Amino acid sequence: MLAYVIRRMFVGVIMLIVMSLVTFVLFFASPIDPGRYACGKNCSAAQIKQTNKSLGYDKPVIVQWTDFLQGVVKGRDYPDDPELRAAAPQLVTHCPAPCFGYSVVNTKTVNTLMKEAFPVSLSISLAALVLWLFFGVLFGVIAAVKRGTIIDRGIVAIALVLYAFPAFFIGLFLLKFVAIKWQLVDVPVYSPIAEGGVGMWLTSLLLPGITLAVLYMAGYVRMTRAFVLESMGEDYVRTARAKGLKSRRVLFKHSMRAALTPLVTLVGLDFAGLMGGAIITETVFNYNGLGKLAIDANNTNDLPTIIGLVLLLGTFVIVANIIVDVLYAVIDPRVRVG
Amino acid sequence: MSSFLSVRDLKVHFPTVDGIVKATDGLSFDLEKGKTLGIVGESGSGKSVSSSAILGLHRKTSAIVSGEILLDGTDLLKLSDEQMRRRRGKDVAMIFQDPLSAMHPYYTVGNQIGEAYRVHHNVSKKAARARSIEMLDRVGIPQPDRRVDDYPHQFSGGMRQRAMIAMGLINNPSLLIADEPTTALDVTVQAQILDLLQDLQKEFESAVIIITHDLGVIAEMADDVLVMYAGRAVEVGTGKEILTHPEMPYTWGLLSSVPDVTGDTDSRLIPIPGNPPSLLNPPSGCAFHPRCTHRDKVPGDLCVTTLPDLVPGTRTETHLKRCHLANPDAIFEQEVLPEIAPDLVEEQR
Repeated sequence: MLAYVIRRMFVGVIMLIVMSLVTFVLFFASPIDPGRYACGKNCSAAQIKQTNKSLGYDKPVIVQWTDFLQGVVKGRDYPDDPELRAAAPQLVTHCPAPCFGYSVVNTKTVNTLMKEAFPVSLSISLAALVLWLFFGVLFGVIAAVKRGTIIDRGIVAIALVLYAFPAFFIGLFLLKFVAIKWQLVDVPVYSPIAEGGVGMWLTSLLLPGITLAVLYMAGYVRMTRAFVLESMGEDYVRTARAKGLKSRRVLFKHSMRAALTPLVTLVGLDFAGLMGGAIITETVFNYNGLGKLAIDANNTNDLPTIIGLVLLLGTFVIVANIIVDVLYAVIDPRVRVG
Repeated sequence: MSSFLSVRDLKVHFPTVDGIVKATDGLSFDLEKGKTLGIVGESGSGKSVSSSAILGLHRKTSAIVSGEILLDGTDLLKLSDEQMRRRRGKDVAMIFQDPLSAMHPYYTVGNQIGEAYRVHHNVSKKAARARSIEMLDRVGIPQPDRRVDDYPHQFSGGMRQRAMIAMGLINNPSLLIADEPTTALDVTVQAQILDLLQDLQKEFESAVIIITHDLGVIAEMADDVLVMYAGRAVEVGTGKEILTHPEMPYTWGLLSSVPDVTGDTDSRLIPIPGNPPSLLNPPSGCAFHPRCTHRDKVPGDLCVTTLPDLVPGTRTETHLKRCHLANPDAIFEQEVLPEIAPDLVEEQR
């Protein structure tokens, strides 16, 4: 098992390296001049050239890429100019390993930017995960047990309607009506645990969490329902009934155990994707998470931040995949033993 | 004095959007304690559906079950869901066809067997485990105290079926239904499983219903035989009567399609032409008439228009058949037997 995980991690690292290369190439394939953005509108051609030189954008793409990889391993100085370092060390920013680059637009290292934004995204994702998993599975199981009845049809219909709403609609609706017009809750502003305590933290996550959860929940209701119904038709569930087990025990011990296994995979991947930033929800509520950072980086052609975010999201997904596979072995003895 | 198990006019109908599927349509039979009834028929003839009805496994939302199932004098169909649940697995137990899919892949064999015991006995997990080991030992699993913690996929096919049998018999049921218990197993293991079932039946004095499409299993196991076609009994009798003097062309077809390994290699296997009928729109009259090769011996359109009654055959009162043929015994001896067992006919001459 350990060997398997190590092998998977090795493959994951190779994937990340390829991802970084692809992102570099794609970025430089666009006609936009990054030096022009960093320098500003009124720069002369010479100034732009100078900016590009100091940022390293004048070097060939492949050299920039290897410099970047070196930075990840060893750390880097920005700007990497020995003369400047000797003359005015206060102007040089050191970025320790693993260094993902330096954002000129934000005048911070990418590591710092991501470190600031990550807790916000993680918090929103966690809040959404708890809500969508609990209600999604609950309503999915209810619909499956009451299949064909008005309850089942109602749940499936509502899930479909909610699924059809875009995230910005639900987010804006909650913000405009629940928070501003009816004043049922305060207008949400992110409050870290370290500052406002757990209570404030949870309150600040309520509306963004619900916004994200509604979308995922709708999908999970339908999937849970389908998985539970499928498992109810399995031979081993018939065997369990033939033993004379109570229907509740047949449902929870025999049917659900099998039905929820595929959900583990979905939850892992969905959660990993969300941690990399819920772009629309963070933008609607103006929460400075990774999603908002990504939007801003795109709008300002902030290459280092974009690459950092792509790699971070890639890492989440790859790690989540490995965790899900390991979890699978824990759940399913057939995978575990052989 | 009625029999131990007495099924009267059992009907299992499944309403669907296209109409009612009559999976079992007026089935009656009796079974005494310690005896074995074999139910034979092709896939979709209603064998499994009927036996699931005895166990009360059909969900009320999808199936309409009517008639009478008297077990030791109690009509199982009149019991409440909870009363039926208490009997399921305790008085009536079932062994399923494919033991790999019939056992839960995520729980150990011991867990699943012990569970069957604990539902009906108020005992600790430890006691249930001890009882599971005892049963695994009884059905011939080597090192049962170690294998009890294995998962089903770690067992071989034959061992899984043994474990299923242990699960079925752990509560000492008075009626055991074995639904194609040997179909998924290879031939050598089949014989072992049948021997085991016979031994255990003697030991536990259970009544056994064995569902199969393998006439070899019938020859080995069954005291009485019920041949089913399109949800109805088409021939009923003792094992000997059915296997040596069948009077219904469908049974002849089943016999003809059994390969004979002792005969010479030139003897051909004669399949029954066509497919089993749709139970949604079964053929008129005798449901077997579209596939029957002896229809021309019945005058007029009788086979197409009229469903024959289940009436006593030519030799004995206990042998019942559902066929319009006037002299089935003679046809069997002169036409069917020479084709399926030429050496036997030769010998008799």
